[in-house]
Amino acid sequence: MTPPLLEARQLVKSFPGVRALKGVNLTLARGEVLAVIGENGAGKSTLMKILAGVQTPDSGQLFIDGKPCVIGSVEDAMEHGIALIHQELNLARTLDVGANIFLGREPSRWGWMDQARIARESALILARVGLNVPPSTPLSALTIGQQQLIEIAKALSIRARVLIMDEPTSSLSVHETEALVRLIKELRSSGVSIVYISHRLGEVEAVADRVEVLRDGENAGTIPRPQIQRDTMVKLMVGRDLSQFYPHQPHPPGAVAMETREIRTALYPKQSVSFNVRAGEIVGLAGLVGAGRTELLEAIFGVVPALSGSVELGSLTLRPQSPVESISAGLALVPEDRKHHGLALEMGVRENLSLANLHRDQRFGFRDGHRENALCETMIAALRIKTPGPSQPVQFLSGGNQQKVVIGKWLATDPRVLLLDEPTRGIDIGAKQEIYRLMEELAARGVAIVFASSEMEEILGMSDRVLVMHEGRITGELPRQLLSEESIMGLATGGGPAPLSSQ
Amino acid sequence: MKKLLGILGLLVAVCVITALASDSFLSAYNLENLVRRSALFGILSIGVAFVIITGGIDLSIGSVVCLVGCGLPWLLTVQHWPLPLALLAATATSLVIGLGHGLLITKLRIQPFIVTLCGLLLYRGIARGFTQDQTVGFGSGFKALRGLATGKVAFLPGFDLPVPVLVLAGTAILAALFLNRTIYGRYLLALGSNPQAAAYSGIKTQKMTVLAYVISSGLAGLGGMLFVLDINSAQPVDFGNFYELYAIAAAVLGGCSLRGGEGSILGVLIGATLMQVLRNTITLVTTHNNVEFAIIGAVILLGVVADELTRRFAARRRAAKALQKSS
Repeated sequence: MTPPLLEARQLVKSFPGVRALKGVNLTLARGEVLAVIGENGAGKSTLMKILAGVQTPDSGQLFIDGKPCVIGSVEDAMEHGIALIHQELNLARTLDVGANIFLGREPSRWGWMDQARIARESALILARVGLNVPPSTPLSALTIGQQQLIEIAKALSIRARVLIMDEPTSSLSVHETEALVRLIKELRSSGVSIVYISHRLGEVEAVADRVEVLRDGENAGTIPRPQIQRDTMVKLMVGRDLSQFYPHQPHPPGAVAMETREIRTALYPKQSVSFNVRAGEIVGLAGLVGAGRTELLEAIFGVVPALSGSVELGSLTLRPQSPVESISAGLALVPEDRKHHGLALEMGVRENLSLANLHRDQRFGFRDGHRENALCETMIAALRIKTPGPSQPVQFLSGGNQQKVVIGKWLATDPRVLLLDEPTRGIDIGAKQEIYRLMEELAARGVAIVFASSEMEEILGMSDRVLVMHEGRITGELPRQLLSEESIMGLATGGGPAPLSSQ
Repeated sequence: MKKLLGILGLLVAVCVITALASDSFLSAYNLENLVRRSALFGILSIGVAFVIITGGIDLSIGSVVCLVGCGLPWLLTVQHWPLPLALLAATATSLVIGLGHGLLITKLRIQPFIVTLCGLLLYRGIARGFTQDQTVGFGSGFKALRGLATGKVAFLPGFDLPVPVLVLAGTAILAALFLNRTIYGRYLLALGSNPQAAAYSGIKTQKMTVLAYVISSGLAGLGGMLFVLDINSAQPVDFGNFYELYAIAAAVLGGCSLRGGEGSILGVLIGATLMQVLRNTITLVTTHNNVEFAIIGAVILLGVVADELTRRFAARRRAAKALQKSS
């Protein structure tokens, strides 16, 4: 029996406060398309980064062609023919296509760049990935989908045998996604092995020869080709029945709590968005990466001023220009990127929890230490934040507990409308469920919730109603009974029902 | 407090070594001078600490010292302005300079380094312009006003406390209260730690940034006045030269991170004192004043490297501990 092309045994990797991988195994055969799936925080990205030499494991072994090997750096990985295509593209925007393909490995003669060779070889590789542009095209002239192909071309130019793709379709149109799936199949038949990470289970059904499911840093199971179906995958991903995982109860809709009128953002200045949310209602905001969901929420909250439009909260009408007014009007935003927008990492749990409330709790400009401590204790208890103490710097907490601190900060402002942007990104399943339960409790208490999520299961599981965005506008609204991955993807890609799922 | 022990230890060590190496270190004359200079530099250091806490930098302090320090005697003795008006003009100038820095940094988003570097060139140039490079001073007049800087109050037998120490104490207490007890102090720390998170939390980050630069220039102005009152003669060419570097070094030695978000007033005071003790040591112990900068540079580097190493060590231990707990 020939050994697998790539094998990982008992990989363990820890970060401060979290064990991302707790002994994960993985095998990859020649010419195989292996899909690796799992909820946010399951350890997929860490595993991929280890395979590609971006990170080194704490323990565990890697084998290539059955021989043990050490991948200590990206260069090592490239030498072994392993290339990782990040979710966020790593291309030099100011250079042309050819220069990008050979970035860092420019062919040269006595230190002089061999432009002719770059042009010649780039053209060949571009043809292989089916991209019909001259190598001298500036990168900025390409669409995101085409830039993705440049990343693949770059990988092929180092004669990659293993291509790792981290959510390659998260910002692609239906057409571009179909083209990518075709390319993957061609690469497979030419002997390239592909590790494919995606949240879109329909896509996984379409391309994968085998599915490896990760859950909380461990292998949850392997699904062979004949059994690759949505239900099997989801069950392994969450490890229990869906109805238990998402505690969703239908909510009797209350009065309209927030109405946005004609909000325009700098990302899509020609589109305007109007929608409403009722007290006690959970509205999911779905769409591809780049659809403008984050920008919309930031504009409503006023942290990035909207170009135009207004937000009605009860009897108040705001032209959101700064979060200060929005907060006092009863609006709160839990931002997508907690490390950059949500937390002051070096500061303590207490200091972070109170940050949005100091203004309200002040006495003539002085901090009210008693109220600050009381607020901190209440939130630590209510959200079950695991911390050695209130002064622990939040950078030493796990992702889930950090997220709870951000949510706690906003709950402390006592909002009537809570905007959540990717509320469960990068946190473990236990913390996720707690956040779902919390959303449910808040809705039951009459808080209106709008949450943007890229995780299909979460949108399907938690929403009373879903708004789908595509290129800056709302392309459709789906009540709970009409929710399905197909109906959402169809609207999210700006067309009818998505054609991929039935291939 | 724990973080301050290291720098406090260093201060004590340098003092002990100098006292052993030189008889004159502990003389009343030297100590009074040392304390006076430490107090004056302490005021500048507290100012720049506020900017550093927000993650910014102020390179213009020495030139503000020069502008205000030359401007005050010039207005009084050359232009013959009445005293209250001259004091008001000097104070207002320094505050407006800070306001200008803050607005350029927040509204036009020019980097603090560039804005204050231009300030460094500009204000000294202006001072040299209006004084026509002539030395300015108070002559034998303004005794009462000069008492603010040169005066002493009886403190211990054989040792009188220079008045600037009282000015510094007042400034330091106000600064510490502001930083640690008001919501604005917390806002400054949050702004330095993560400006984005601060903005998302509804903090008016631009106003807070402007405030920090106003405090920095304002205290530089106050320092400038006290410096010139103390020595009674200012040469625009080099008055206040390099003072921003002494102030920044003192703040960093005292625990302010140039990344922002950290710092304590007490630490800054210790840092400022250490800087002046070092300079004093060099004058007393070595015969080569010309190596002063080399020695100061080396000591600061040593202090910062030691701080970074302990921090890393602590972080690693903490991470290991957290891991043990979670598994």
